[in-house]
This record gives sequence, structure tokens and C-alpha cells, in this order.
Amino acid sequence: MNELHLIAPGHRACSGCGLLIGARLAIDAAGPNTVIANATGCLEVTTTAFPQSAWRVPWIHSVFGNAAAVATGVSAALRARGIDAPVIAQAGDGGTADIGLQALSGMLERGDDVLFISYDNEGYMNTGVQRSGSTPYDAATTTTPAGPFSSGNRHPKKDLIGIVLAHRPAYVATATPAYHKDLQRKVQRAVQMKGPRYLHVLVPCPVGWGFDPSQTIEVARLAVRSNLFPLGEWRDGEPVKIKKFAAPVSVDEYLRVQSRFAHLFAGEHGAKERALIQSTADAAARRYGLSIYQSVPVVAGQEG
Amino acid sequence: MKVMEGSGAIAEAVILARPQVIAAYPITPQTHIVEDLARAVVDGRLAAEFLTVESEHSAASAVLGASAAGVRTFTATSSQGLLYMSEVVFDIAGMRLPVVMAVANRALSGPLSIWNDHQDAMTMRDSGWIQIYAQTAQEAHDLQLLAYRVAEDPSVSLPVMVCVDGFVLTHAFEPVEPITDEQADLLLPPFAPLAVLDPADPKTFGAYAEPSIYTEARLAVDRAMSAAEPVYAQALHDLGIVAGRRYDPWFDRYRLDDAEVALIVMGTAAQTARIAIDRAREQGLRAGLLAPRLFRPFPSSEIREALAGVGRVVVMDRAVSLGAGGIVASEIRSALYGSPARVVGVIAGLGGRDVSIDTLERALRADTDAWIDAQEATT
Repeated sequence: MNELHLIAPGHRACSGCGLLIGARLAIDAAGPNTVIANATGCLEVTTTAFPQSAWRVPWIHSVFGNAAAVATGVSAALRARGIDAPVIAQAGDGGTADIGLQALSGMLERGDDVLFISYDNEGYMNTGVQRSGSTPYDAATTTTPAGPFSSGNRHPKKDLIGIVLAHRPAYVATATPAYHKDLQRKVQRAVQMKGPRYLHVLVPCPVGWGFDPSQTIEVARLAVRSNLFPLGEWRDGEPVKIKKFAAPVSVDEYLRVQSRFAHLFAGEHGAKERALIQSTADAAARRYGLSIYQSVPVVAGQEG
Repeated sequence: MKVMEGSGAIAEAVILARPQVIAAYPITPQTHIVEDLARAVVDGRLAAEFLTVESEHSAASAVLGASAAGVRTFTATSSQGLLYMSEVVFDIAGMRLPVVMAVANRALSGPLSIWNDHQDAMTMRDSGWIQIYAQTAQEAHDLQLLAYRVAEDPSVSLPVMVCVDGFVLTHAFEPVEPITDEQADLLLPPFAPLAVLDPADPKTFGAYAEPSIYTEARLAVDRAMSAAEPVYAQALHDLGIVAGRRYDPWFDRYRLDDAEVALIVMGTAAQTARIAIDRAREQGLRAGLLAPRLFRPFPSSEIREALAGVGRVVVMDRAVSLGAGGIVASEIRSALYGSPARVVGVIAGLGGRDVSIDTLERALRADTDAWIDAQEATT
């Protein structure tokens, strides 16, 4: 890998920021012959306060919802100029699942030669931890606070992978910084392909999720190991590989370490809600053929 | 000389400029322009990527990205489409990207109207785009090519909006003397961008500004606007030499020299206004016309000079700042501040209401601010 990281040190992200770890892993894997179109958000404001820039690759930011469309224009122009360089559009979950969804869908549907990387920290963290369409069920945010009459966000996390797969793009993958070699391998694979490609990276946010900045990688690992965020690859809309683990952990282990779910560990209602979240993890496991969490010792023949 | 649809005249000028990326989303009455360009691409007359994007927001975004990546671009829109792309419109100017766009002027919702007025482009007045208003298909053809020359001049590096009246100009057939390839080469040098997205020389575009630098970034755009005036005037001057068609860069004047009352109107209505001026003079009113061609940057001092000696100035706006009156009227009042001329602002020709000779004659006689073609009983 590059000795010189393509995101320079000295950026302004919070300590333990999963987003900056993920983004640096990704661009280092893509290499210097890459052009980036970035949506508004944490990644943009922490890396490009004029006259400074942390980016050692050509990089452009326009507005919140248009990263995919800007990338389409860049890609067309590079083609016209005879420059062969991968174009990456990157956005947070708001710039992907909410305000950027239309531009993303257009880019995928037209078959534009762009790799879209979504850095999903499950909320509008840059503006102060508000709910997004990608915020998980029951997470407390500043616009979905938990309280006597609320257990946080009432809506399930939007199925971005499902939406993207419906466009049948050339390549789709999920990744997290906790499995950094897996993330970089997927980026390297994606940048060598042509056509529309999508990588969804779960990036824990110490501030928005409420955990110690030293635990970012561990929280990301628990998201995967609890089956809430399976790591997979799809080609032309079909799954080709889902990472499997012998013994998944309970969702409780993942939820317990984040203050945004603290209200689920008080009272009878919380236990019911956690059981509901476990059932969504179990459903994901069944869908992808993964091991299902067992709270009691496995009885022979029951597994799988 | 060829008889051409206004949209076709614009498309032919764009083809002469040879943009390499075009992005557009359909909206009436802009569609004929980009349909003609799509045809030119598939017929092999124009080597461009034609991006059929899913919205005007993405059309503006794609030409923003393509321009930053170093190629000449084109898009066109109208009305709601211009508003839908508005945040990107402002960003294109702030990033100093020489994007060129045709705006087929159309009213805004609500109520929905597909017909012509100037509210759409007026709403982008403060965006940092140079705005030019054409009166005829010939003028739209000429200005559309020269727009690239002005936008791409290194002392300017700003986007340009060529505004044409929807339907009245875009869908009307008029005789046009097309610019030849040889003339176009003389008028428009190849695109030499100041900065590009290039892996060989990485640069950051669209960094964010803290309070310590934001003011200076905006001031730089304002200064580029001022720098555009001589560049634009020179481009029109050169057109006169190369093609023999001479335009006053700032405005058209008609029988203005001895006028006691001046009518100010932009776009196609300025053509009809000449007849209204003649009729008023036949009836003993010494009337004259000043039809602004360049609206941003606004040539205040040139207009003030041209109107010296005029007692009453009637400004007919085809758009309105609701609660404050005509938008061009407000500009003219500012330009004439301290002059003895009295400025009257009239609103007419909204949402496709016909701007007839009669309407313009009534405007000439207006003594107080009024919506001169409104039917009061229905309000």
C-alpha cells in the first residue's frame, strides 16, 4: 500500500471517526489515479477548509444531493479528454439514502462509469446527530429522542442495498473499517471494473452513536458479527459472496456499547424491542445463509 | 439566409461551439433546443456526450462536473427546471466554471403556466451568472456562440445564461444568417480552462470557506462580473467585424435621442415596442425605446447616460418581486438615482399574456406604477 496516504494527516475529523478511517482506506486502495466527487457532509467539511485540503487526489464538492451527478459529468469529460481514471462519488448516508437518492438512481440506471461509495454513519452527524433514512430502528437521535413515550427512531433502516441491487449495477459490496483488508480488496476490485458500481461502508460515529473513540473498530466488528451488517458482494444484481462467521454474537452485545440504544436496556419494553432487533438480524442471516445467533447451546441438527 | 426555428438557431450556435458534454432534462419550452442537439450528436455532426439525466438538478450538476474536468459544456432549461437546479446554479458561479446555458423564459408556479414571462431568470438575478436577453432568433444564435467567448475568457471565468422568450422566440420561425465554421473559429478560441480535475496535478474544487475567506470569494465573483463588461463588448464588436452584424452590447435604442418618454423592456417585446413607439409619435408623444440586452452585470452608467434628458421612464417588467414591484424598474430607479427623470414601473405580459402593440402603447402613457394588463374584476 502507499506509504503516503492519499488523505493527508491534519484533517479536522473527531478522534475515532470511523468515516475518516474508512475513506482513507478506500482512497489508498483506489490509488492516486482517481478523481473524487464528494457530497456535502462530515467528510467534506473535515478535509477541505480553504485554503487547506487533505486530498492528494483531484477532488470536487458541489452540494449535498448531487455527488452522483457531478461524478457522471466528470466521468464523461475525462472520457472526452482521453483520460482513463476511475471516478468515485462519495457521500454520507444522507447524501445517499435521502437527498442524494435520485441522483444515485439516475447514475446507476444510465450505466454511468462511476463507483459510488456511501459512508453510512446512520444519521446526520455533521449537523448534530439528526435522524436519516439510514438510521436504524430504535436509535435515539436529536430528532428521534428516546423518552417515556418513545423508544427512538420508529422506522426501520432504509434498505439501500436492496434499492441499489434493483438497478442491477455491475458491482455492489458492503464493508466496514473493522475488516480493512476486505474493504480495500473490494475497492481495488471495484475500481478495475467499468460501469456503475456501489460500495456501502458502515462507519461508526463515536459522537452520534455514543461510544468511546477507542472502540470504533470494535463497534464496527460487532455490527458485522451480530448479523446486523453482513459483508457481501454482488455482481449484476446477484450475490456472489457473503462473509460467514461460525458463531455470531447477539445484537445485545452490539447495542449495549452505544448510548443511542441505552434506553433499550431499561424496562420490559426495552427487552421486547431488543428481541425485535434480534429477529431482524436473524432474518438477514437466513436471507444470506449465515449462522443464526443461539442464546442456548446449539442442539444437533438445529443449526442452519 | 435560412428560415430557422429559434430553438434551432440556438442549437446551431451550440454546435459551432463544439461542447463535449451536454446534459439536459426535458421541460417546455426549452425542449426543442436539446432535441436538436441530440439529433446532431447521433448524426455525427457534434462529437459530444449527451447525458439524459433524471432531473435539472442533475443536469446542472453534470455540466458542473464536466466543466471542472476541463471540457466545454451546455445545458438548457426553463421555469421550474431553472429553480430546481438553482442551488447548483449558484454553485457553478461560485466555483467560477464557464458553463453556458440557454434559458427559454417561462412563468413560475403557482399557478402552473407553461407560457412566457421572465420570472424564472429574474429569480436567478443574484446567482453570479452573466445574463443576456435576446430579441430575435438571429440575436439568440449570435449571443449563444459569443456566450462561450465571454464565459471562458480568463479574466472572467463565469457562467453565462442566454435568455430567450419561451415559444415567442423558441418556437417561432425567423430568417437567420448562420455563423459559418470559419467565422466561429475567429470568434471563439479553443477552451483553455484555468484549472482542471486531473490526476496528474491534483486540485481541490469546492472547498468550504470559513468567515475569514467567504467575503473575499464572493468579492472575486463580483469583480469578475465587472471584468466581463469589456470582454463582452469586445466579443460583440468582433462579431460586427467578422459577420457584419453589429449590436450595441448594452441595449438597443430606438428613437431615443429626442424622447421625452422612454420605454424600457427586455426580450422579444422590444421588437413589438418599436411599432408602439412609432404610433405614439404619430399621436404627438415623443417616445423612445431602450431595450437592455445585458442584464447581469447591469450596465448602470451606460443606461444613465442614454436616458439623460428623458423626463419620464416607463419600465415594463415581465416578472415581479411580489410586494415590491418590477425588478428591472428597481434597477433603473437605482441607475437614475439623483437624475430628474421620473421612473414608472409597469407589470405586463406575465404567464404568456400577449404583449400587444396596444399593451405597449398603454405602458408608454402610464403615469403611475400599475399592472397594466390585469383584469381587476377577476383578482
